[in-house]
Amino acid sequence: MGKKNILSLLILAGVILALPLGLGNSYYLNVLVFVGIYSLITIGLSLLMGYTGQISLGHAAFFGLGAYTSGVLSAKFGVSPWLALLAAIFVTGGIAFLIGAPALKLKGHYLAMATLAFGYIVFIVFNQASSLTGGPSGFGQIPRFRLGNFLLRSDVHYYYLVWTLVIVVLLVSLNIIHSRVGRALRSIHEGELTANIMGVNTAKYKIQVFVLSAVYASLAGSLYAHFITFLNPTPFGFHFSIVLVAMVAVGGMASVWGAMIGAALLTILPEYLRAFHDYDILIYGSTLLVIMMFLPQGLFAGILSLIKKER
Amino acid sequence: MNLGDQLLQYLFTGITIGAIYGMVALGFNIIYSATGIINLAQGEFVMLGGMMMVYLTAIIKLPMVVSFFLSILIVTMIGAAFERAAIHPLKSPSVLTLIIITVAASILFKGGAMFAWGKHTFSLPPFSGEKPISVLEATILPQTLWILGIMGATVALLILFFGFTLTGKAMRACAANRTAASLVGINVRTMVLLSFALSAGIGAVAGIIITPIALMNYDRGTMLAVKGFSVAVLGGLGSNVGAVAAGFIIGIMESLGAGFISSGYKDAIALVVLLLVLFIKPSGLLGSRERAEFKKF
Repeated sequence: MGKKNILSLLILAGVILALPLGLGNSYYLNVLVFVGIYSLITIGLSLLMGYTGQISLGHAAFFGLGAYTSGVLSAKFGVSPWLALLAAIFVTGGIAFLIGAPALKLKGHYLAMATLAFGYIVFIVFNQASSLTGGPSGFGQIPRFRLGNFLLRSDVHYYYLVWTLVIVVLLVSLNIIHSRVGRALRSIHEGELTANIMGVNTAKYKIQVFVLSAVYASLAGSLYAHFITFLNPTPFGFHFSIVLVAMVAVGGMASVWGAMIGAALLTILPEYLRAFHDYDILIYGSTLLVIMMFLPQGLFAGILSLIKKER
Repeated sequence: MNLGDQLLQYLFTGITIGAIYGMVALGFNIIYSATGIINLAQGEFVMLGGMMMVYLTAIIKLPMVVSFFLSILIVTMIGAAFERAAIHPLKSPSVLTLIIITVAASILFKGGAMFAWGKHTFSLPPFSGEKPISVLEATILPQTLWILGIMGATVALLILFFGFTLTGKAMRACAANRTAASLVGINVRTMVLLSFALSAGIGAVAGIIITPIALMNYDRGTMLAVKGFSVAVLGGLGSNVGAVAAGFIIGIMESLGAGFISSGYKDAIALVVLLLVLFIKPSGLLGSRERAEFKKF
């Protein structure tokens, strides 16, 4: 996994432990919970887009499937939130497999549009299957997580829960990246045909990483559902799929650290730009455009290469 | 109304909306043929066309005909400016980069439209009266005839342009083989610029003629783009005859689906068709497999 990554992980863990002490205000903690939830998705998306070179314009759907499966099971059928989270992972992973198997045979624009269409269909179902989902107005009373008899009530509790899971997911992902599988994934990005000829089963790896990224998104969705305790379709539409891609692109596609930085930047910045309220769409659009035109490697890699030049 | 009359009515609605989808698909085809790029901002040109027409007629109070051509001209120039600003400067971009750039542009157009005209939904008076024309037991709005007429005229002009003008032939040459085209002295980059301008213009026409029937607001572009793309893929990317035919097919399916199955799931129909075509026969109904492979997808 490399000394650098272990060091970075330790630093991150330290910062996570220390931050709530410095931030008395629960509003900041609340924002940080969201940064953690979105990081879970962008880490997976960076494995898929940055390392493997496969685009998805529908990842908000997996986030939504996780949230809705978890929410519906626990609020309407009395399933415990932890079991619901697990069930959501299986449901979302299964759907990702069914859609990924045919979709990942496609390349480039075709794959982008297939994932986009899938995302839209899921969004339409959230809106229309109102007996389960409450339709456009949604449903509430989703129970929060419990640890034994201890109910996770406050933002601090969720902060520690979410970020512990982020560390676990990071560990898993870094291990994958620095393994035989990780090298196989990068070889698909460099040239799928060559990878195939070298004996890499590209189809298998592409589906695996697609399902894994969907599972991460589902996990994030469950955390979201049991944190907010209310669900409606709006956060799971096409717009959010684009925001996710923007987060990964801004931070730097080919780095899970970059993906986290992107998630943090694009979650915290809009909080400070509340004055622009509706116009955050313009900010997302122009950031994305400028970065893709001038820093296609993303901010993280861009800054790293600048530092290297200085030396 | 008995079943037959209902069917006829849905058929008319489907043909109307299908003509619009067909025109959006034509826009996709023109850029795709010249550059191999799928311009995900295509739907925004349609939205901009409709909004610009509303702005010019209702707020600036220009006459209908002047506004019509002025709107098309403005959106055409927006399309050209987009190519110059965001596509032209790129040096050998990856497909991933291009996809994200056109998505980013579509967000910017959407945001710009919201900034300029707000979140209201706008309407436009029909080009000639609102009195429905009875055909058998069903009715057609006069606007439907305008839509079909203008679409027919657009397609005819496109055929003339690509078939009989030097510029049109040069664009076709770029589509067939860019290197060969540049070897015989065709300025490929100018043709790319032209293709963006042309497809923005066609998008604008579609937006202008649909607004009196379907209304328009800043947020309509994405859905139109997705449906237009579904149509383009069903027809076979790059095939203009396919685009027009597939437009009618999907339009009619949608209107029958809304009428007989569920209006809530209407928007999902085109998307399901898109997924099925992509999974089963990505080259579409009329596209050739070699052509699809050739464009290095």
